[in-house]
Formats: sequence, structure tokens, C-alpha cells
Amino acid sequence: MSNLKGKTAIVGVGETALGKLAGRSTTSLHVEAIRNALEDAGLKPQDVDGLVTNQPIHDPMRSYAVQVAHAAGITPTYFTDLALGGATPASMAHHAAMAVDAGLAKVVVCVHARNQATKNTLPKRVEIRDGDEDFEEPYGLLGAVANHAFAASRHMYEYGTTSEQLGAIAVATRKHACLNANATMRKPITLEDHQNSRWIVEPLRLLDCSLVSDGGGAFIVTSAERARSMKNRPVYILGMGTHSPHASLAEAPSVTTLGGKVSSQLAYEMAGLGPKDMDFAEIYDCFTITTLITLEDYGFCPKGEGGRWVEGGRIELGGELPVNTHGGLLSQAHIEGMLHVTEAVKQLQGGKVEPERQVKDAKVGIVSGHGGALVTHATLILGNEIP
Amino acid sequence: MATTAPYTKPLPQMEPEAKPYWEHLRQHQMHIQKCQSCSKFFFPPKEFCPHCLSNEVAWTPVSGKGTVYSTVTMHRAYTPAYEGEIPYNISLVDLDEGVRVWTNVVGVPPSEVKCGMRVEVVYDDVTPEITLAKFRPA
Repeated sequence: MSNLKGKTAIVGVGETALGKLAGRSTTSLHVEAIRNALEDAGLKPQDVDGLVTNQPIHDPMRSYAVQVAHAAGITPTYFTDLALGGATPASMAHHAAMAVDAGLAKVVVCVHARNQATKNTLPKRVEIRDGDEDFEEPYGLLGAVANHAFAASRHMYEYGTTSEQLGAIAVATRKHACLNANATMRKPITLEDHQNSRWIVEPLRLLDCSLVSDGGGAFIVTSAERARSMKNRPVYILGMGTHSPHASLAEAPSVTTLGGKVSSQLAYEMAGLGPKDMDFAEIYDCFTITTLITLEDYGFCPKGEGGRWVEGGRIELGGELPVNTHGGLLSQAHIEGMLHVTEAVKQLQGGKVEPERQVKDAKVGIVSGHGGALVTHATLILGNEIP
Repeated sequence: MATTAPYTKPLPQMEPEAKPYWEHLRQHQMHIQKCQSCSKFFFPPKEFCPHCLSNEVAWTPVSGKGTVYSTVTMHRAYTPAYEGEIPYNISLVDLDEGVRVWTNVVGVPPSEVKCGMRVEVVYDDVTPEITLAKFRPA
């Protein structure tokens, strides 16, 4: 079996303005992200022959990759849109790496944008449905919070995890956002603030929940060989994994062990690395509980010990494993995990983030994506060397 | 003349394969699909058994008894219809037959609903056409 470890690399990243961007179309955010990534890589649209995009759930369009490609001056030989929810951006890197390795394209742009904060400004907008709504909505199960609150409730029951322990994740993430000029929430919070924040869906409080944002991000994948002659230090794709353990919470074997377990095992195996080799982790954080479960599933601590493990600054910059060095979905912006990928790349390129939040001597980092009602997961291991 | 306020909470739109589920509930009976080939129960409703892909599936009565797998309390109303309801309970209940359903545990305050609690079905006729399977502590 061929191993894609180190065969491809990310050569540029771009991010847009983030927050509430009223008056911006979804596609314009995709194009802005692509333009910024091309600029970072020192490339032009004509250098690109592949494009992978999300299918924005609040503004779906047929053949969306085609719309975005041509709006960005790209005439692609490989193009698709992906719909894995928050696992989409990490999974885009898999598709791009496969396309480049297979010779279907030489330079692939992966782009993810949304205008969820100012959605439905046009009268004809529709939304993509989830699939289980006939069995959820009549019971008042609306919104994404409840599905993750089920995971938190069960984790607390099985392992004694506390709301304060979830708060440690919110506090650490906010600390990092305060150091990021392109973060939405830049006012520090304390554990007390977390505990005083109102319940949204108990046991999750307001400060356990991520932001609702407009914005976008993009990264560019090419062969490792081509990458070495480009402008930036190459950030190699070392390991990849994806997993979907169920399509519905009704069918989930567990809500306290999720797709990250199998997905990370696949990625570690490809990279020949393990959790101890990671200098930092950008872990999907739609809710604090998602991060906690993923850290366990990724083997940073045994299952059930995540609550104690995240306390005491271990996941803060300067700690044993800095997590979400950009401020995450909780405090930077919610672009469904695209900014977890771009942040990991910037950390490994070096000199691309504020010096206070640069992980010293960062060589290898891990990125997770997680989507839907805990149904999809994707893992990416990146490094600025091929170990 | 007494009038009943219209029911404004979300109702199922009923995919064809789910219709018998709702029709049984309307008769105050809980039926779940059971594969006649591999003998497994499954939910949500499907035309083909997700375990062995047989389409020999039969709506089969279940005990209506189960255990709370996970439970949460909604403190936010996502539609105006729930504004008077919060805080309310939503639970995932594992039926003794081995399938899990979404539901509300009723009859006790939300704070008293716990994972691991034994529960049994109660039928709530929310409209003349739709009955919801809710649960109460057993």
C-alpha cells in the first residue's frame, strides 16, 4: 500500500476578515481566502489546477466548486465540494494530497467559507437538512448545542467530568485568542466567568459554546518536490485519517468515544508518530466537550481523564501541549475548522503569527475536524520536516 | 365556547418509511422495525436493515421500557413555541430491545432526570394526527 507521508506539502494559507460581515456573499469570502492564500504562496490563479471547497449549508449551490473556481480565475482539472461538516477542511487536505499524488492536479487550492452570522439575508435561501429532524424537532431538539450536551452529560456520568474542567478549555482558548489580532473575542475570561455564564443546554454553558461567524480560509497543496522550490517553508502532510462511527446519535455506539479514535490511529500510523511527538494541537472546539473528548481519543490522556488533564494550564501556550493557539472556534471565529488548519500551517511555517503565540521550535502538529451530530471526524498531522 | 390554542411546535413531516411508526403511536402502541433476516431491531426507520441490508423488515411491538442513555436540559428556546417551556428535558433513551430514541422524560423536573434512570413510555397526543412517545420514570 502506498503511503502518502511527506509526499505533499502545504505551501500557502489565507484567511479573510472574520466576524459579522454583513453585505458579503459566501462566494466572495471564498475568493478572498483564495486570493490571500495565493499571495502567501507567491502563486497566481493560472498556477492552480485543482480546487476543493465546502458546500456552504446556509447557502448551497449546485456544483459549488465550479462556481468558486471560476470566480477565482481557476480552470481546474480536479474539483469537488465536500460536506463533512466541521471535518471538511482537514478532509480537504486528504483529497488534495490524493489528487496531487495521483497526478490529477499539480496545485490544489482548498477553501472553506461561510456566512453563517449574517445568513438568510436573501429571500430564496434554503438550508441543507440534517436527516433526523423528524425524530428530534418534535421533542424540542433544535440547534447543535443539545447534541454535544448529550456527550457532555454522558461523559460526566461515566467519568465524573465537571463543568469547571470544561471551563479550563474555554479559559485557555480565550487566552490564546487575546494574542491573535484576527480573533473576534479578545477580552480575557476567568473560570469564574465561565461558571457564571448562563446555561444554554445544560450541562453546557454559554462559554462552552463556539461563535457564529462569517469568514473564510484557504490553503494550497502541491507535491513535496514542487513545494521545496516555492516561497514558503514547506509544511508537509505527514499523516491523515477520517472516520465516521455512526450517522445518527440514535445509532452511536458511544457519545464519549467518537470518530477521532480511529481517525487519529490511521494518521499516527501513516506518519509513524504518536501523541508524544506533537508540539501543539489544533483541536476542533465547536464546544468545550468536543475538545476534551478528542484529546482523549487522540491518546494525549487515557479515556475519561480528559477533565483532570486539561486543568492547570497544560493546554495553554507554554504548557505541555498548547491547544488551539489561535483561539479556536470558541474565541477566534467559527469557520468549521478551516482556521485550525491554517493556524497549524502558520505555526510550522514560522514567523507568521504574533511572536507571543508562536510555539517554540514547533516541528510537528496535529489538527482535528469534527462534524454534524458527532458523526464525522478527520485528522491531519503536519510537520516542517519529514521525520 | 372553549377553543384550543393551535399547536405550533415542530411536527414530523413523515418520510414514507417512517409512517407506520407514527401510525402506531397514534394508536398508543410503540412499534420498532425488526429485521426478519438477522433479527435485529433498528431505528430511525429505514426500508433496508442497516445491519444486513435485507428488506424483510417488520414493525414489531416493543416493551416501551428503557434506560436513559444521556439527558440534557434546554434553557434556550430556539423557536417561539418553546419560550413557555424552558427549561425542559430532552433525553436519549435506550429501549430494552436495543434501539435508542430521542424523547422528553416527563412527570419529574428536568433536574431529576439522570443517565441510567429506568423509564417507560407515555403517549402524548399533541394533535389529532400526531402522538409523541414520551417517557416517565418507571
